[in-house]
Formats: sequence, C-alpha cells, structure tokens
Amino acid sequence: MEMVTVYIDGVEVKVPSDYTVLKAARKAGIKIPTLCYLKDVNQIGACRVCLVEIERARGLQASCVYPVSEGLKVHTRTAKVLSARKQVVELLLSNHPQECLTCSRSTNCELQTLAKDLGITDIPFVGEKNTYEVDLSSPSIVRDASKCILCRRCVSVCTQIQQVGVLGLINRGFDTTVGPPFKHGVGEVNCTNCGQCINVCPVGALKEVDHTERVWEALADPDKHVIVQTAPAVRAALGEEFGLPMGTPVTGRMVASLRRLGFDKVFDTNFTADLTIIEEGHEVIERLTTGGKLPVITSCSPGWVKFCEHFFPDLLENLSSAKSPQQMFGALAKSYYPETEKIDPKSVYSVSVMPCTAKKFECQRPEMEQAGTPDVDAVLTTRELGAMIRQAGIDFVNLPDEKADAPMGIGTGAADIFGATGGVMEAAIRTVYEVISGQPLPSLELAPVRGLEGVKEATLDVPNFGEVRVAVAHGLANAAKLMRVVQEGKKQYHFIEVMACPGGCVGGGGQPLVTSADRIALEEDYQAVRVKAIYAEDRGKTLRKSHENPAISEVYEKYLGKPLGEKSHHLLHTKYVARSKYNVPIPEQEKAESVK
Amino acid sequence: MSCNCGSVVKDERFLLIDKILEQNNRDEAMLIQILEQVQHELGYLPEDVQSYLAEAIGIPLSTIYGVVTFYSLFTTEPIGKYIINVCMGTACYVKGARDILAEFEKQLDVRVGGTTEDAKFTLRACRCLGACGLAPVLNVNGKVFGRLSTEDVRKIIDQFE
Repeated sequence: MEMVTVYIDGVEVKVPSDYTVLKAARKAGIKIPTLCYLKDVNQIGACRVCLVEIERARGLQASCVYPVSEGLKVHTRTAKVLSARKQVVELLLSNHPQECLTCSRSTNCELQTLAKDLGITDIPFVGEKNTYEVDLSSPSIVRDASKCILCRRCVSVCTQIQQVGVLGLINRGFDTTVGPPFKHGVGEVNCTNCGQCINVCPVGALKEVDHTERVWEALADPDKHVIVQTAPAVRAALGEEFGLPMGTPVTGRMVASLRRLGFDKVFDTNFTADLTIIEEGHEVIERLTTGGKLPVITSCSPGWVKFCEHFFPDLLENLSSAKSPQQMFGALAKSYYPETEKIDPKSVYSVSVMPCTAKKFECQRPEMEQAGTPDVDAVLTTRELGAMIRQAGIDFVNLPDEKADAPMGIGTGAADIFGATGGVMEAAIRTVYEVISGQPLPSLELAPVRGLEGVKEATLDVPNFGEVRVAVAHGLANAAKLMRVVQEGKKQYHFIEVMACPGGCVGGGGQPLVTSADRIALEEDYQAVRVKAIYAEDRGKTLRKSHENPAISEVYEKYLGKPLGEKSHHLLHTKYVARSKYNVPIPEQEKAESVK
Repeated sequence: MSCNCGSVVKDERFLLIDKILEQNNRDEAMLIQILEQVQHELGYLPEDVQSYLAEAIGIPLSTIYGVVTFYSLFTTEPIGKYIINVCMGTACYVKGARDILAEFEKQLDVRVGGTTEDAKFTLRACRCLGACGLAPVLNVNGKVFGRLSTEDVRKIIDQFE
C-alpha cells in the first residue's frame, strides 16, 4: 500500500493511503471522539461527533469517513470543532430520556461517557421527545426505541455481519426510528436472537430479557434445589465485568462466586459439551458409514438453528439431531440428576449461565421440556451473572479458586474449546477419529479450523474410512455463504460447524460489552483475545478428549445405556421446524440470479 | 408465523409485479422505480407485496420498508378514490387550514392520513401547494378549491359523492 504523509494538529504521520483521518489520528496518538463509528461494523459518518477541521475543505468533516491524501492538514481540537461536537451531542441528549440512573447501561454507556468527556453540564435545547412503547415481544431481546440515538450500528450488524436484516431504519426526519418492518416486534419476525445488536448498541436501547429476578426468587425459596451450569465461553470473559484484563480465565473464581450466591450445586456445561460430542460424534459416524444425510451440520448454536429454520429450511435434515449442551444438561438435570441424588425432580430448578441471548429463546422451545416443565428454567447471560455478583457484594477479583461439583461439573479440554469458532469441530474430531480408526489422533490441535477467518476448511485422513472433509463458519453471513455452497453442491463436505456469533461463543450476544473505544485500543479482534483463555484452559487439562471423561462413561453406564440409544434419543435429541422468512404468506418465485 | 410452502396462489398482482421486476432486471439499484411502478399498478404497497419484492430482489424486507416509509409518495395502506390534499403551508395555516382539516376529519370520520371505510376518500395534509393567494387551499385529485371556510367542506365532499 502506498504511504502518504498527513499532519494532524501539527503532528506529522505517515499512513497507508487507504486510511481515514480518524485512523491516521489514532496513529498520531490523537483521540477523536466517535459515537456511531464502530470498527469493522459501522463506518457511515452519520452522528457528526467525530467532526474535524480540514484545511481547504468546506465546513467540518466527519473524520471516520474522510480519506487521507498526501499533505493533508487536519485540526482536531479548534474552538469551532469543540463547539460543534458539543452541540451535536446536546441535540442528541435533548431527545433522549434522562433516565441514566436507572438505565441498564448506566456507567457503561457510550453516550454518557461522551457527554462527560465533552464537558456537557446541561442541555440547552428543550423540545419534543420521541417516545415509543418498549418492545417486549422477544424471549431474548428487549428493545426500547425511546433510548435509540439512530447510530445504526445494530442495523449494520444485523444486515451485513449476520445477514438477518430484521432491523432497519423506519420513517424520516424527526420520526426516524429503528426496528423491524411493519410495526412487528423483534419476537414476531425472523430474528435469530443472536444478540449481536445488543453488543454493538452504544446506549440502553437494546438489552437482554432479564432472568436475574427469577433466579433470585428461586435461590430464596427453601423448597427449591437450585443447580447451575456455566458455558465454556463464560469463564473466558466474566472477569471483564470486574475490570480484569480481557482474556483472563476465571473458572475457579466463577465457581466460587456461584457457591457464594447460594446455588445448591455448581455444575458445568462442559460436562454436557462432552456428552454432545459423544452423541453428535456417533451421529456423524453413523451417517458417514451408513450413507446418511451429509454433511452433518452442528446444532449447538440456537441462533444458527433459528437462522437455518428461517433461511435454509431445506437443510434442516442436515442439522445434527443432538440437542445443544445447555439443553442436554437441562434434560439430565430433571431426570438423571434427581434420580441418582434421590430428590424430587419437581424441586430441581435449573439455571444456566450463557454467553448467549438466543439460549433464552432455546430454553422455552416446546421441544425442550419434560411433562410440561422446561428443562432449563432460567438463562443468565455473562453480563447478568456479573450483575448478580455485584448485587450480592461479592469481591469477585479476590475470590479463591474452587472446583465445580461432581459428576455434572466434570469436563475435558475438548469441552472448553466449544467456546471458540472451530472448537466443536476440533473436539468432535478428537473423538470421531479415534472411534473410527481405533488409533490415537496424531496431533490434538487442528490449526486450520482455528482463528477468525470467516469460513475455514480442513481435510483429514482417517484410517479405516479415508478422507473426511470439514468446514467451519462463524457469523451468520459467513454461514449463509457456506450453506449456499452446500445447496449448490459445489463442494462435498462431511461435517460442518456453524456458530451464529462472530468468533463463536466468546463473541456471543450475552458477553460483557466491548465499547467502541476499547475495540479501537485493542491490537487485535476482541474475540481473538478471549479465545486465548479458552485454548489455555484446554492445554492445562490432563483429559482433552470427550470420550475420556469418566463422568460421561458413568452416565452411560448408570443411566443412558449407549450413544444414540433409546434413552439418549428421548432425552438428548430434538427436532427442528421450518419457519418462513416473512410474516405474511407470499407465492413462490424464481430465485434472483445472484442472491445477495 | 406460518410456513409458506408454495400454498399461496400467484394472483394477478404478483404476475404484474413479476413483469415490473423483469423490466428492471431485479436490480437493487432500481428499487425506487420498482416501488413506484408497483404502487402505480396496485395503488399501495402492502406487506405481502413488499415481502415478495424483498425475496425477488434478494434484499431484506427491512431495507424496502425503510425506503417506503422514507418517501411520502409511497403508502402501505390502500388509498381512496379521491385524495384530498389540504395545504398546511404557512399562508394557509394562518388562514385557518387547521380548522378545514379538522372539519374534514369530522365530516368523513377519518384521521389525517387515513382513508374512509368505503375507500372513497383519503385525507392528507400537505406542504405548500404554491397557491398562497387562494389560502386556505386544497385539491382533490388535482382539482383546486380556494379561499375556503369550514362551511365549504360539506359542499366539496358532496361534489364527489
């Protein structure tokens, strides 16, 4: 790339010619405030907060979209610039509910921070305010358009990165709002509940449906036996809620905090992640060896499952029938667990802590209950668990490391890596290879399926079978790309892993929020930083293959019988439903030649 | 939400839309023209029509809905045989256009922007019609009525009964 020299506040800096002024300023060590801008997600110059003065350019320019050129002279902190930025934010605040004290984003709001940084001490403009009804239609996502500042980050992430396209701009001028079309609620359209919109929202317009209330109630009820499971990706990010550096694994402290919150047993989703590998792995083996439907596609990610139901209903037969680890855990929590512990199954209250908002939808799917009671009663996001720990006044950072309870708290390294894109594939191969070939896997770590490339592929030579071709996609736009390859038969895969969220579960919609400023400050993608904690956990384990988990052998011996057996089929496998993309029926039509 | 496994019969509306789509190569860049032509044929752009267009062009429904709600020329509701545009420009406003509008709302039992139940009249408030000398002024399907008082409202309605 050609380099150009630019002068920012008199600082000379050499940058590639495709840089924006904003990026060049960062390189010169100058911080320009931003609001609608979000690295790799939204770069549209809409909010006018990043205005700068550029010599020989008319008016003030939005630095996030202004390209650099040789000799460009930029001034980022003139009186004119500072007063314009201030006025822009004052105008935004004049149409914003002043509910900061009770807002879910208080002290973690990008608008609040900006107002403070710009020295706004009062709002000189008084006028009409837009008020909208809070959208409570979804089991996962709450949308309060009154708080929306129209930055469009959620629209970008929903339309481009996830290719779901539920959220869009509606109306014009002062009446402009963001939401699903035709006044539908997010719970009434083809939303996948992935929660990426929450992760990018700078304010409190989008948040998860609260489950902390019901968990507090259950914990306070002496007749309830409250047990908890925690997903692999939670331990890789929970520390961020308490100011620990990103990528700090906090498994031991997480277990300790859950005990102090009063859970009767602290278990681990890793246990059923291993179980998923056994069930799904045997399903793969069965389909590979008996000419079943290929490729097998993973079904752990409920955002992906719903996306597939809406957008690729013709591929539902390819999905593994194995339930997700959360739901396998829930099914055993209400059957195997009370039976072996000799307690009343009705007294068991099962809570899960997930990096995910779609899990809140998944747990209330009609397929996920036994005798009318849900297998998972409440799903807390990583953020919600953080909030509960703070409410209880637990000094998280200084907690001792503790171990999860047996038997449903025992997991292997294969389960840990479920939290990273490519992890389920890697874990499955560790087992499938050894079961088919009867030989130990030469190398445990499968490099081609690691990393943040959108679609990854690998070919393995499995003795006693031959070549096994696998692919991995994360982020739903990448998943859609890969599914079209499958639909068109361009490539023949045996096994595909899909995760709805970019980076896999570490980047889930229920994870601690990473602000725009933090994303800019990081040298790499935040998902990559969290993934390091996951791989470190795996490397630190003696047992790194799901089929070596002794608690798994025990559950088969004592209860389930064998993989894909009758009891497994009943408890651990599920069905999917074809859903339409639109809320009203439309006639079929010739597909557009190039579906975008 | 229901499944739409080809159970919907392709009625005339969709055959017309197919023709318009073909003429515009199903091109996203032609979206506004496509919407204009479809509305010209059907009178309005309901949800099934917008959904069909989204599927045909290969863009999200939310994108189409965004365009439709941005431009005032598009409507998602059926409109009446006669469209009453009451000018709300400054001159008409100070000369009592608001009362005229309120009188139409009362007489037709319809809110601004709405259409009467018999689909005869659509009542709209519009920006300056450029006939300030006739304030307060309105037009009905292009026919201009000026220097109005609230008593004229009934007479205008009766002309189109």
